[in-house]
Amino acid sequence: MKFSSDDALYEAAESMEALGNNGLSRRDFMKFCSAMAALLALPASFVPKIAEALSGKKPYLVWLAFQDCAGDTEAFLRATNPTAANIVLDVLAVEYHETIMAAAGKQAEKSLMDVVKNHKGEYFVVVEGSIPMKDDGIYCCIGGKSSVDIAREVCGNALATIAVGTCAAYGGIPAALPNPTGAVSVKEAVPNATVINLPGCPVNAENITACIVHYLTFGALPNVDKFGRPYFAYGKRIHDNCERRAHFDAGQFVRQWGDEGHRQGWCLYEMGCKGPESFHNCPTIKYNEGTSWPVQAGHGCIGCSEPNFWDTMSPFYKRLPNVPGFGIESTADKIGAGLAAATAAGILVHGIGRAVSSKKEEEK
Amino acid sequence: MANDKKRIYAWEFPVRFTHWINVACILALSFTGFYIGNPFIYAVSAKEYIMGWIRFIHFVAAYAFLLSMIIRIYWAFVGNKYACYRELLPFSSQKLAELVNALKFYAFISKKPPYKIGHHALAAFTYLIVYLLIIFEIVSGFAMYSVNHSGAIWVILGGWLTGAMSMPMIRLYHHLVMYVILAFALMHVYLAWYSDSREKNGLLMSIFSGYKFSTGNEPDI
Repeated sequence: MKFSSDDALYEAAESMEALGNNGLSRRDFMKFCSAMAALLALPASFVPKIAEALSGKKPYLVWLAFQDCAGDTEAFLRATNPTAANIVLDVLAVEYHETIMAAAGKQAEKSLMDVVKNHKGEYFVVVEGSIPMKDDGIYCCIGGKSSVDIAREVCGNALATIAVGTCAAYGGIPAALPNPTGAVSVKEAVPNATVINLPGCPVNAENITACIVHYLTFGALPNVDKFGRPYFAYGKRIHDNCERRAHFDAGQFVRQWGDEGHRQGWCLYEMGCKGPESFHNCPTIKYNEGTSWPVQAGHGCIGCSEPNFWDTMSPFYKRLPNVPGFGIESTADKIGAGLAAATAAGILVHGIGRAVSSKKEEEK
Repeated sequence: MANDKKRIYAWEFPVRFTHWINVACILALSFTGFYIGNPFIYAVSAKEYIMGWIRFIHFVAAYAFLLSMIIRIYWAFVGNKYACYRELLPFSSQKLAELVNALKFYAFISKKPPYKIGHHALAAFTYLIVYLLIIFEIVSGFAMYSVNHSGAIWVILGGWLTGAMSMPMIRLYHHLVMYVILAFALMHVYLAWYSDSREKNGLLMSIFSGYKFSTGNEPDI
């Protein structure tokens, strides 16, 4: 069995000769396939299947950017393992990407529409950025068309839409209160589209690649959780895979930025780290070619891959959110202490009242 | 004088048992919960396991609390009339009058104590609210527990709440309700002592022995 799968592996690798000519060595290709299998939590026997799938027909891909900071494009272009970037560019036919495409103006828009018309139902769309719905979506227009119209047309006719980054997945920062542009996620703007969410600020490019590889290998998108996120990347809690977890269990906490504990790399829980309520594979995949990720760099998680994180996870440097309806400086503990003091005072006053009233009774 | 009073078995064993389990659980859960929210004890070496043990105690006490609540709710349906769930609902004109009288008594407006063998309407209604708060604590606690424990049981016990509230909000309310329950506990002990001193019916000791003494004024002997 092992032999046959190894054979298949070499066969697939052979068929990648063409790729090799584009500057990608067979060795790099096989390394990439193994890394993808590992990321998708597949056994090594799937490596040849992945290799085979990637050697097939090039799927078309268009990349739409709406209300966002282009951070996901940045992450896609430079942060990832260079082999993965090559693979995506070589294996996929990226037909439209505002930031990196050579074409401009009407020419560029035409290439987008060509894909939609000529490859209806067989191309991928990657969307970064939220979609403003207020005032007919005029707050984000490209080539005279509002982003909601573009999304409906392009995502509605696509094989699948990958919403990358928290803005595309859940509205993100543009949708944070008071949400002046009425920003929504791709799924909310185009409810009938097949959407998979890859939130994060920015998205981890390895996860985009893995999603596409999963589709090419199995003909289906990976299983998703209730927030539309694939389990392979968002199935584990950051806190449970955190390299600083041992310090949490021991009771070693950073109490102030730059203190001894901070220099020792202790747990950032008391500094408001949102790892205990956030799901992402940052601790294992990391960013920038596996160099680091926020907690490793000494900053707590802010829960950027959770829906509405800007509103629900803040204040980022405190354990608990502010109490709604009270001043922003009121924390739960202050209110608790106030409640305890009020109770104690109530009992004291009641006791005095009792003493007074019983004295009166005696006098009678 | 003491011989005139009739001895009445008010609190059956499950009522007293769950009461004291609840006391132990509230104390343990509040202390450990406060530490989890705001770790005030610092480890001096990495070999310690402070947060680990504190969380362990918190979770074990949480299970005990849940089971205690289940026993108590069960007993509200099969126990004697003083333990009955109907005691907790103040929705009758007679009970509302009793509730108002109890408020007046505690505010020194009325001198007539709310004589009852079981709970008077104000106390009973307060317990209803406290039960609801405790159920919220259990549900929100299991909601937080469910995020890293897969299985339908966790979704049923509390995981469903994560669909309605964000995790930090669940944490916040779980924390705030702790203070409300502690404030209740403080008031509860004080008013039990106060009522006992006024009504002279053995109220304070009844939660140990189960017996209360009728003064002849109680409508619910």
